[in-house]
Amino acid sequence: MKKISWIIWLLVTVAILGFFGYELLFKEQKPNFLPGAVTHGHFQIEMACDTCHIDPFGGEEVLQDACINCHGEELEKSLDSHPRKKFTDPRNADLLEILDARYCASCHLEHQDAMISDMGVSLPSDYCYHCHEEIGDERESHKDLPYDSCQSAGCHNYHDNRALYEDFLAKHLHEPNILPAMKTHDDFYESNLEKLAKVTGFDAQPLSLSDADNSDESKELMDGWLHSSHAESGVNCSQCHGSGEDYVEIPSHENCQSCHGFEVETFLKGKHGMRLAAGLSAMSPDDSKLAMHKSGSLEEHKELSCNSCHMAHEFETEFAAVDACVSCHNDEHSNNFENSKHFSLKDESGANKVTCATCHMPKVEVNDKGIKGFKVNHNQNDTLRPNEKMIRPVCLDCHGLQFSLNALADERLVESNFVGMPDKHIESLDWVEKRNSTKRDSVY
Amino acid sequence: MKKPSPMKKLATVATLGLAASLVGCGSETSEPAGIDPQVYTDSLFAVMKADRTNYTKLIIKRLGPAGADVIKPNEHWEDLDSGAPLPAQMFRFGSELVSDMTSEFTYSLQSIWPVNKQNAPKTPLEKEGLQYIVDNPGKNFYGTESLGGVDYYTAVYPDVAVAGPCVDCHNNHKDTPKSDFKLGDVMGGVVIRVPLTKS
Ligand code: HEC
Repeated sequence: MKKISWIIWLLVTVAILGFFGYELLFKEQKPNFLPGAVTHGHFQIEMACDTCHIDPFGGEEVLQDACINCHGEELEKSLDSHPRKKFTDPRNADLLEILDARYCASCHLEHQDAMISDMGVSLPSDYCYHCHEEIGDERESHKDLPYDSCQSAGCHNYHDNRALYEDFLAKHLHEPNILPAMKTHDDFYESNLEKLAKVTGFDAQPLSLSDADNSDESKELMDGWLHSSHAESGVNCSQCHGSGEDYVEIPSHENCQSCHGFEVETFLKGKHGMRLAAGLSAMSPDDSKLAMHKSGSLEEHKELSCNSCHMAHEFETEFAAVDACVSCHNDEHSNNFENSKHFSLKDESGANKVTCATCHMPKVEVNDKGIKGFKVNHNQNDTLRPNEKMIRPVCLDCHGLQFSLNALADERLVESNFVGMPDKHIESLDWVEKRNSTKRDSVY
Repeated sequence: MKKPSPMKKLATVATLGLAASLVGCGSETSEPAGIDPQVYTDSLFAVMKADRTNYTKLIIKRLGPAGADVIKPNEHWEDLDSGAPLPAQMFRFGSELVSDMTSEFTYSLQSIWPVNKQNAPKTPLEKEGLQYIVDNPGKNFYGTESLGGVDYYTAVYPDVAVAGPCVDCHNNHKDTPKSDFKLGDVMGGVVIRVPLTKS
């Protein structure tokens, strides 16, 4: 009897250890080891524990390295106002005891989803006070402002203040709501085809049906390709599909990457591609926490790859810039785009002058193999939060700064996709003007 | 005498090893290898002052708006075509790079009349030192303090208006609490800190 209970105990123990041990050591996804719900920024990759926990034996330094691995470049580009290096001097020791600003996780705690704000911050919103207490006494304009209003009033951000610092505001005083001309940028590939062909040794001659090097496909498919910018610029079937042993039926983002490196790189950094970047399966609207058109039981399960928005063979950018977005996104802002002023702006051919992509995937300046131009930033999260990040690369192409700040601060207006005029007025430009009028003369 | 058992021997060796490693840890920051801390910080300051003076005179004065006017010394220099870091920023960037390379010393530029309020003295010793160098022109200030559980040797050196641009830019800056600096005045101080022992 005793022997049997020992055997049962042993079996149960081995089974339990086996179950958890197998998951811990061999499985990509480890749901039973997740200590608490992950924030909206990371939930997509919550099962790829080692993206953040890069070393099981590391402390906060190792975690910090993981943050910087993914977010470091972005912080540097944003001219981060509070980089770690500003806090390492021992003179800050007593301040660091209140808030250790050397570590991302001091403000962005993970696995505590319930206490996380929109901006992924796990602190009460009056944290600026700890170091900038004196500002209320220093500046007339800042007297009696609530301690938690620094970043909530459209004036300051903790990291990215490129569109908010005083000299920048001063440069943009008294701009009209709508600028006389809209700033646009030419398509990189179209306008640089010859230069690109020269640098890469690629023959950019237009191709006809008879040139296709994999021509036994359906007519519809071949037609799509024939009328695409790919065929027009000499990109043959095998360039994407490979040939012989290397042939792939459905090319992945890795195939696209060989020519469209910047686009794929930025796609992998945003919420559309971050699962692929972590080596997981592609993101799907069914897995999203946002309001989405979920795939119905009959519909095909949608997944996010390059082809989800850029239909294979046609690679049309017009579809990708609006229709593709609203085929998944089902929130008020997306659904109301059709009713917005932005939507009503059309060019001579009737195409949208402003699309979802104009604002959410703005063209940014790049230097590709020595060729300068503008490419589409496929990381739509890059300018999303806090929304003042969108001002410089997007809003100011068409609008004045005051109008842009007012509009972005008006939550209702953002939700309605900018139908109507802003209800808010951000006062920072008025204050700057007032302070400038008392400035003494100097060569500096 | 009774021979110690093998277990005891092992325990003794382990204890000694542990003690040795602890001593090793402690000596990492203690005893600045024979050199008097004052000589050490004085020498560091000489290099800092030379670089700082040269940057202001040879770059900012010569190429800035008071000279050839081809560069724009500006706090937001990264955001301007031909923007150049201010002398104080150049100094801070040096200090930040140094802290990436060593923790044997740290330094910063401060003032009791700061343009940037984060450059106001924070620790009691900084406050005392910065006041001292203003009240005693030409003299340095030395002391020790304990911050975050570590003892430091702290030296404060006067930062003097060595060229026209120092005075002009500060006196006319929107955020300056003092607008009557003259050439040769002590405008602030360089604080150099060397960790002594971990307490
Ligand atoms: C073009 C303008 C300009 C020039 C020239 C200039 N400064 Fe400054 N200085 C500043 C600004 C702005 C700051 C604040 C920088 C910061 O930390 O963000 C500053 C900071 C300082 C500080 C630290 C305390 C404070 O005010 O924040 C001292 C001390 C100082 N400067 C002294 C000098 C001296 C001495 C010179 C000449 C060698 C000089 N400055 C030249 C603009 C200037």
